[in-house]
Amino acid sequence: MNWLDTIFQGILLGGLYALFAAGLSLVFGIMRLVNLAHGDLIVCAAFLILQLVSALQINPFIAALIAAPVMFGIGWVLQYHLLNRTLGKDILPPLLVTFGLSIVIQNGLLESFSADSRRISAGTLESASLGIGVLSAGVMPLLTFASAILVVVALNQLIYRTALGRAFRATSDDVATAGLMGIRPNRIFATATGLAMVVVTIAALYLGTRATFDPTAGPARLIYAFEAVIIGGLGSLWGTLAGGVILGVAQTLGAAINPEWQILAGHVAFLLVLLVRPRGLFPRAVD
Amino acid sequence: MAPLLETRGLRASYGDFQALFGVDLTLDAGEMIAVIGANGAGKSTLMRSIAGTIRNAPNDILHRGTEIGALPAPDVMARGIALVPEGRKLFPSLTVEENLLVGTYGRKIDGPWSLGTVYDLFPVIAERRNYPATALSGGQQQMVAIGRALMSNPEVLLCDELSLGLAPIVIRDIYAAFPRIRIAGAAIVIVEQDIAQALKVADRVYCMMEGRVTLSGRPSDLDRSAIHAAYFGAEGHELA
Repeated sequence: MNWLDTIFQGILLGGLYALFAAGLSLVFGIMRLVNLAHGDLIVCAAFLILQLVSALQINPFIAALIAAPVMFGIGWVLQYHLLNRTLGKDILPPLLVTFGLSIVIQNGLLESFSADSRRISAGTLESASLGIGVLSAGVMPLLTFASAILVVVALNQLIYRTALGRAFRATSDDVATAGLMGIRPNRIFATATGLAMVVVTIAALYLGTRATFDPTAGPARLIYAFEAVIIGGLGSLWGTLAGGVILGVAQTLGAAINPEWQILAGHVAFLLVLLVRPRGLFPRAVD
Repeated sequence: MAPLLETRGLRASYGDFQALFGVDLTLDAGEMIAVIGANGAGKSTLMRSIAGTIRNAPNDILHRGTEIGALPAPDVMARGIALVPEGRKLFPSLTVEENLLVGTYGRKIDGPWSLGTVYDLFPVIAERRNYPATALSGGQQQMVAIGRALMSNPEVLLCDELSLGLAPIVIRDIYAAFPRIRIAGAAIVIVEQDIAQALKVADRVYCMMEGRVTLSGRPSDLDRSAIHAAYFGAEGHELA
């Protein structure tokens, strides 16, 4: 029974990793851009929510609603004016520029907010729990997992059911021909990064309310996000969710055996999946 | 009145390599013209220049008297100039129907062409509307590519090498659609290596060689030896 509970907690934890990863997966799927500053942008959004909560004395969920459009704008401008210039045949410039951006964000946050660990208070929700049959789960982990599913469903609807989604896929296939359809690739890319930043804001809300964070917490989030994307297979959002769940379950199982093994078990699971399925569990079409 | 589309001394280069050396061409409303020439004559460069995938000097290309030579492809498309690119270039991640729908992205206007009328024009692709575009045969893919361009209800339809890699019977099916496209109102430029096909369908023909127009006129006014000379270069020219 204890094992069942551990696995269940791992699945819920996977929701958080899927939220970390969904934005990364979206951006990579559309423009083949690996954003090494993704984790730092999550931490940056967490600080934004924290500031809103303490300045306006509002609920963190309301603060996230305010932060989301701000982060969309930051993502749009960042992509349109900086990252678009790095896209091309060579894969090195975007890696170098986003690596530099990661350092800039970390140091900017350090200057502004000091190195103290912070936490966003969610009030009584933090300790609330629900009993589901023999299992019991915290309300926050349940909300996190539900949000992850909602994000994946919403993004898939957008990508497969709307004109914007068709433009995303067309641009991903062939930038020059997309231009002939009246699609402006630079704006499409900027919109995609803006959307990824909305997902980042949701991830930041749960990161900040469930655990502490500080200006240097970004790269560790990035690693989990990467592993979830790669386990799931590049370009598949449901795969990313599955990747997050596998990572979460591996970590909680590892921690149940020996608390020191939590992080290690996640990385080992990642390497095992890569050994068996080098292209991930649900890779999109060959490319 | 200014012609629908006009190029004036159009020059185009790929880096240091100049591909067009002063091309003059006019297209009036309702007209269908053909551009013929051997490989490397500059026909595709001409199409890409007009469509905006290659940038040119602003006054090299005019649409209804407005300079469009320096406009990027999305702006040219929004003005009603649609290109069916060489090699079809369908989007493999999109179904047949999504490929058609994406053709309206930059220009959504009411006109003769919609999903219904495009499927009516090419019934064979209607049956396969939910297939991935690249699962279709070459001829069917070409029909989707033409339909995708028509979906924006263009004033000018540019068709680059429609016959490339297709069997003669398939080519005949595709050209059979053109009378209806003309009646619906689009002026058409086709690029064609098949001289006989071009002479049969076009009101006027431009023959290109090495980045220049070497001959132009109505098919009935051109004799075979003149076309031959303009297409391959005169024997005297080659010896010189």
